[in-house]
Amino acid sequence: MSVLVYTENWDGKFKKLSFELVSYASKVAEMVGGEAVALSIGNVENAELEKLAQYGAKKIITVDPATQAFDEQAYTKVIAEVAQKLGAKVVVLANNNKGKALAPRLSVRLKAALGAGVSKLPVSTSPFVVYKKVYSGKAFSDIELKSDVKILTLAQNSFDITTNPQAVVIEKMDVAAGDIKTEVKNVEKQTGKILLTDAEIVVSGGRGMKSPDNWGPLEELANLLGAATACSRPVSDEGWRPHGEHTGQTGKIIAPNLYFAIGISGATQHIAGISSTKYIVAVNSDKDAPIFEAAQYGIIGDAMKVLPKLVDAVKEMKSK
Amino acid sequence: MKVLVCISNVPDTTTKVKFVDESKLDTNGIQWVINPWDELALTRALEMKEDASNGIEAVTVAHVGLAAAEPTIRKALAIGADNAIRVNVDPKDAYEVASQLAQVVKAENFEIVLCGIESADHNGSTVGGMLAEFLECPSVTCVSSLKMEGGKSVITREIDGGKEIVSVPTPFVAVVQKGIAKEPRIAAMRGIMAARTKPIKVAEPQAVASLTEVKKYEMPKPRAACKFVDAENAGELIALLQNEAKVL
Ligand SMILES: Cc1cc2nc3c(=O)[nH]c(=O)nc-3n(C[C@H](O)[C@H](O)[C@H](O)COP(=O)(O)OP(=O)(O)OC[C@H]3O[C@@H](n4cnc5c(N)ncnc54)[C@H](O)[C@@H]3O)c2cc1C
Repeated sequence: MSVLVYTENWDGKFKKLSFELVSYASKVAEMVGGEAVALSIGNVENAELEKLAQYGAKKIITVDPATQAFDEQAYTKVIAEVAQKLGAKVVVLANNNKGKALAPRLSVRLKAALGAGVSKLPVSTSPFVVYKKVYSGKAFSDIELKSDVKILTLAQNSFDITTNPQAVVIEKMDVAAGDIKTEVKNVEKQTGKILLTDAEIVVSGGRGMKSPDNWGPLEELANLLGAATACSRPVSDEGWRPHGEHTGQTGKIIAPNLYFAIGISGATQHIAGISSTKYIVAVNSDKDAPIFEAAQYGIIGDAMKVLPKLVDAVKEMKSK
Repeated sequence: MKVLVCISNVPDTTTKVKFVDESKLDTNGIQWVINPWDELALTRALEMKEDASNGIEAVTVAHVGLAAAEPTIRKALAIGADNAIRVNVDPKDAYEVASQLAQVVKAENFEIVLCGIESADHNGSTVGGMLAEFLECPSVTCVSSLKMEGGKSVITREIDGGKEIVSVPTPFVAVVQKGIAKEPRIAAMRGIMAARTKPIKVAEPQAVASLTEVKKYEMPKPRAACKFVDAENAGELIALLQNEAKVL
């Protein structure tokens, strides 16, 4: 019995998320008494594929459907066919852009119940019950997946990587992708910046930052910490910051280890985007701001005065 | 071309949710709204219809749910949808919703189907993709802009660290997110009046077995109280993050 995990690549490379997925799949495999098999689609070199064996993949299957375009229908067909060939009982994907596109399609194609956005191992495997957040983090639920085959999408940054080295077995499989109906006309990509969804530390500013000209010290703090920058919705709506930084119910949903909320009131819709964060630090001039209910650490004060002090303190920490 | 916007009826995003016997949402005092992303999808559909170059004749909204959701459907009509279809069943899960919606799309031959990326209740990001697979048609997910040019779709899809412009043939499902429309449209008085007479067609459901079942709901564990550090003493905060939280 196998647990198939789809590991997407970024220009031929894997990243921490890929290893989280394989670690998770191999733990699920242990629970169901099977083995974790990783699936990579596209051109990835063996040296990179081998890394997946470090985290418990007993086998790594590669399929090259000769398509550059990410065609959701075609990728679904490929993953479904591999799952069927293996007789996989569980298919694991990331709850990220691609996973959100593929998992629901796979659910229908394989008639497999979908547990979307899980952050923990299943509660039990017979019956197969998963635990996930609902109502944007305001509650949680136990959900039974009743079908024979199950699909799980794992929330990013929610599962610890565990090394569990296996002998490297790489198998190339021929699977036809079918018609590719998606035509890619243009790609725009930023390189060199830490992705907000990947970041372990995030420094985020709200309307309390007062003006788009005040972001200097916030960015400096982020740079020093190797953090990504984020913002509340009104800040991106006003055009103070790029839309890609908007965090919350209607923006990005993230789960870093540490989130600095600077001049953010902590509206429920903002919290919806950060409720799985491990530690929240709030800086706010209003001692009654709701953000302090969500935060573990707080400073009551003016952002413009506190930020430079934080910058100095981090510099000092680093100099030690 | 005909556009279908699938709308979910969810508690207002400021709602403090409570459950009865850990098994059912306590609906007392809840204000129900169109799911925020679906509202943006509807807004974009209407903008497309108004700009003749997109070639859209009509915008329909569909909802799978019981009659209690009619105020939300009326709201969508007041915002500007031409008509509505409600599949009369209390769905057990997203799979059932998608499967019912697939019947609607097949019966009425919609060329463009819009769904929101996530529903504010079960946070699944599931119905759009499922629907596309039921229809065996292309889907594009994480869509932040959409228009039709000479009968062809021009779609911006967010990817990690950027975006790409893609095109898929009709019929297709676009799963939309931030950016698809600037702000949700608000119903004007005239729209509210007009909505009263716009048709809501009630469709009978197909028999579908759900694949999932909620066993219980749970409230989050209360978080420890916030530890305050004096504004003058940022160093102490950094030390706590380093030594106590161990995140630096
Ligand atoms: C359907 C819906 C979806 C939404 N989705 C999102 C979402 O995804 N993300 C999101 O963020 N919002 C979202 N919102 C908006 C949300 O309700 C809030 O309006 C928003 O989060 C507030 O942003 P803010 O905290 O930056 O601003 P404000 O609420 O204005 O708060 C500013 C804070 O800064 C503090 N402050 C002021 N001056 C200073 C100073 N000098 N130093 C330090 N602190 C200072 C104030 O005390 C206040 O707490 C949504 C709303 C709706 C209705």
